[in-house]
Amino acid sequence: MRMQGVQIDLISAERLVRMPSMEKIRLILDLVREGTIVILETGLSPEEQSSLIEMTMQEILPDGFSGIEIESYPSKQKSGMFSRLMRGDDEYRRLTVIGPANQLKMIRRDRDLISAWISSR
Amino acid sequence: MPLLPVRTMNMGLSQTFSKILANLFQKKTSRIGIYGPPNAGKTTLANRIAREWSTGQEGMVSEIPHETRRALRSENITITGANGKSITIDIVDTPGVTTKIDYNEFIEYGIARDEAIDRAREATEGVAEAMHWLREDIDGVIYMIDATADPFAQVNIMMVGIIESRKLPVVIAANKTDLPDASPQRIRTAFPQHPVVPISCLTGTKVEELYEEMIRTFR
Repeated sequence: MRMQGVQIDLISAERLVRMPSMEKIRLILDLVREGTIVILETGLSPEEQSSLIEMTMQEILPDGFSGIEIESYPSKQKSGMFSRLMRGDDEYRRLTVIGPANQLKMIRRDRDLISAWISSR
Repeated sequence: MPLLPVRTMNMGLSQTFSKILANLFQKKTSRIGIYGPPNAGKTTLANRIAREWSTGQEGMVSEIPHETRRALRSENITITGANGKSITIDIVDTPGVTTKIDYNEFIEYGIARDEAIDRAREATEGVAEAMHWLREDIDGVIYMIDATADPFAQVNIMMVGIIESRKLPVVIAANKTDLPDASPQRIRTAFPQHPVVPISCLTGTKVEELYEEMIRTFR
């Protein structure tokens, strides 16, 4: 018997940090187009988000893939010069949920809570 | 390397020198993009700016999302403030940024299926193009938010983050203050790091304040 439901992939920070940006975006889009909900332990950089929007638009098809729903907690600015110098960028990237727009609907999003509803295809 | 006749060399040098002088004293034209989610009022603002400060062509405005599906540019607009300071800019009115487009959304507005599919395709191309412009060709951004909508919407958070990462100067326009549910204060709370100007593009309320802020931010 085939199990009905929705696949959820949680990708660790360790794996994300090893991946080049384009590989990361390609992986996300391939998974989401198959109907998988992707949860990134750490979010995408602004540059990656920009490319993700652009590539998503290029892959939308009538009666097919209609785009993505994406949600993350607001980023936090790093405090202190030392941590900025050590880590090299200005903010913490935070947990991000990405799914097909026709399957993932955000119900509520606060600074510390993301509530989403997922439907099967 | 072939030797050039002295006269030609002198001409070359004087032309280069003239170019440097011209660049030094020429007024710089910045390319300012109007970005924001669909139906925030971007084209209404672009049209108002074009109408008040130039004789440019106006874009189409409607309640249907993604009415603007190609970036529209009005060139060489000089905006002068109350104190006489001015900026010369090209205004780029961009399609509303989103992460999803479904042609069925257009059908709900009474548009035929084939036309809806065409609109959706044009809209996807327009958004991709707008994102590309932001990375390559934009010097500053007017980010428009509908003041009756949730400013913490993911598209706003992402877009402001992308604009900040490009280190582009930004003015946030809290539009639709003519509507009773408008709350520019929520937008200020969401983006305290940027100037927020409450305006109504439709009625023209406080657009002069936006022009003053543009002069301060984009000069």
